[in-house]
Amino acid sequence: MTVLTQGIRDGGIIAWRNLLNARRNIDWLFAAVVQPIMFVLLFAYVFGGALGGGEYREFLIAGIFVQTIAFNSAFTVIGLCNDLQKGIIDRFRSLPMSRLAVLLGRTTSDLVVSSLALLIMSLCGLLVGWRIRGSLLDAVLAYLLLLLFGFAMSWIGALIGLSAPSVEVAQSAGLMWLFPLSFISSAFVGAGTMPGPLKTIAEWNPFTAVIQSVRDLFGNEAPPGMAPPEGWPADNAVLYALVSSLVILAVFVPWSVAKYRRVASK
Amino acid sequence: MTAAVRAEGLVKTYGSTRALDGVDLEIPTGTVLGLLGPNGAGKTTAVRILTTLLRPDAGRAWVAGHDVLADPDAVRRAIGLSGQYAAVDEQLTGFENLYLVGRLYGKNKTDARARATELINRFRLDDAAGRPAKTYSGGMRRRLDLAGALVAEPAVVLLDEPTTGLDPRGRLDTWAVIGELVADGATVLLTTQYLEEADQLADTILVIDHGRVIASGTADQLKTEVGGERLEIVVGEPAELPLTARVLADVGAGEPSVDEQHRRVRVLVDAGTKSLIEALRRLDGEGVAVLDVSLHRPTLDDVFLSLTGHAAEEE
Ligand SMILES: Nc1ncnc2c1ncn2[C@@H]1O[C@H](COP(=O)(O)OP(=O)(O)OP(=O)(O)O)[C@@H](O)[C@H]1O
Ligand SMILES: [Mg+2]
Repeated sequence: MTVLTQGIRDGGIIAWRNLLNARRNIDWLFAAVVQPIMFVLLFAYVFGGALGGGEYREFLIAGIFVQTIAFNSAFTVIGLCNDLQKGIIDRFRSLPMSRLAVLLGRTTSDLVVSSLALLIMSLCGLLVGWRIRGSLLDAVLAYLLLLLFGFAMSWIGALIGLSAPSVEVAQSAGLMWLFPLSFISSAFVGAGTMPGPLKTIAEWNPFTAVIQSVRDLFGNEAPPGMAPPEGWPADNAVLYALVSSLVILAVFVPWSVAKYRRVASK
Repeated sequence: MTAAVRAEGLVKTYGSTRALDGVDLEIPTGTVLGLLGPNGAGKTTAVRILTTLLRPDAGRAWVAGHDVLADPDAVRRAIGLSGQYAAVDEQLTGFENLYLVGRLYGKNKTDARARATELINRFRLDDAAGRPAKTYSGGMRRRLDLAGALVAEPAVVLLDEPTTGLDPRGRLDTWAVIGELVADGATVLLTTQYLEEADQLADTILVIDHGRVIASGTADQLKTEVGGERLEIVVGEPAELPLTARVLADVGAGEPSVDEQHRRVRVLVDAGTKSLIEALRRLDGEGVAVLDVSLHRPTLDDVFLSLTGHAAEEE
């Protein structure tokens, strides 16, 4: 077997184990299923209600999708850190399995979780009045882009999970970095109205590009008076979102795997 | 090569702690090596190096003919490890845990299932096989973890304190399993803090302390090295301990050791029963109430005490 096929086979087995694990864990189920519902309803009515009703609600959905998907990378952080602390990774490392498998299995099972979250959020979104107004192909592209971005975020999560000294630290570190990234973006407001440097950051933030692409692909327009992001990333949102996801993967996959090799061989 | 495991000059330091300070070892194929040492001696560090989990700072090691540094994958294919702390997946059932390990050793689904069932039976986990491991007792987890080490019928099995936390029955079971492994031709390295266990199971014992090998040989060789017999006297009152110690210092061949908690004094003697009678006669003359008296061949505890200057369980 080549390195890659063994990595995929073993990664599949690990993903199976992770999903079995997840299904039996009530906390986890709550986080994965209830949280997306809560996010959609809360943001849609609290923010949507205060800031502009139905149109704003439709505009918000893409932001909520992207934020939730990105926050799901915390599952990767916590899952890996847990396995590390409990000695499970030691067990795996003593087996003749691929060095890639534990990480690939974890990011893959979290991709499944993100797909589930997307499904739940889409149904909730439809309930609160959000619609896909573009073509079917564009909608499929939007979902694929969301999953690719989530997968990339998971690999950043993998590195954090392997570096965290304890599960408690992993829990907060896994979310902390996401707050500025998701709020300094066009998730909830039009990035165009942000002050100077924040505006530039928001415009070049991959979150903004993914959100913008999803809005474009779903045909969800900004409500009147909302200044959309400008500049090259906004004009080439899909391309920029795709490239930044791939760049994140290109950096964090090898980095995490290298960390994995070292982490247990302290 | 006839040695299933060989290590030369293993060194591993953590800051200023020398966890391993130049350890050599060799385990002939089909034999059991007992790595004996108190807490912090470096046992786990040695096991982690031999199982490719840790890179030594210096030294080399071969397991089943493969260099642990140059060809770790080949080593992993040949070994089974049960670490010091049971590494079982809490949410998975006992069966699923073993099935998972089987699959990761490259077995197909049918084989992995069959092997998991076989091990579940062998380790008396049948009743609990369908329950998540988080509902298992400490001893059951330990047994499940040990079963995990044997999934691929490895040629070399490394067990880090395999009986810690087991009840007497669990311990005897584990001893029997290790016996069967060796009967089937496997080579075993086990670490233990139980001197009795090394005595029972190991063909060769390596005593380590502070990362160094301080003695090696068969249990008998080690005992002979320490020599003589031990006279042990238990008295009724703690106040009588100093006097008893003085008497035994006279009668015995070495410095007596006093265990206040058990009101016990021990000393090495040259003349066996003659020394015993002499000690009793003199203690009787001093009016000391002797509760218990025994004379025994040195145990590995004694070996440890005389080699390191402290008892194995201390520190
Ligand atoms: N990751 C680590 N970081 C710092 N020090 C360590 C680390 N691992 C082990 N040590 C130190 O190395 C020494 C040997 O540890 P090791 O775990 O090998 O001992 P041991 O013989 O297995 O002890 P025990 O019977 O308690 O399991 C100890 O002093 C320990 O504190
Ligand atoms: Mg140890």
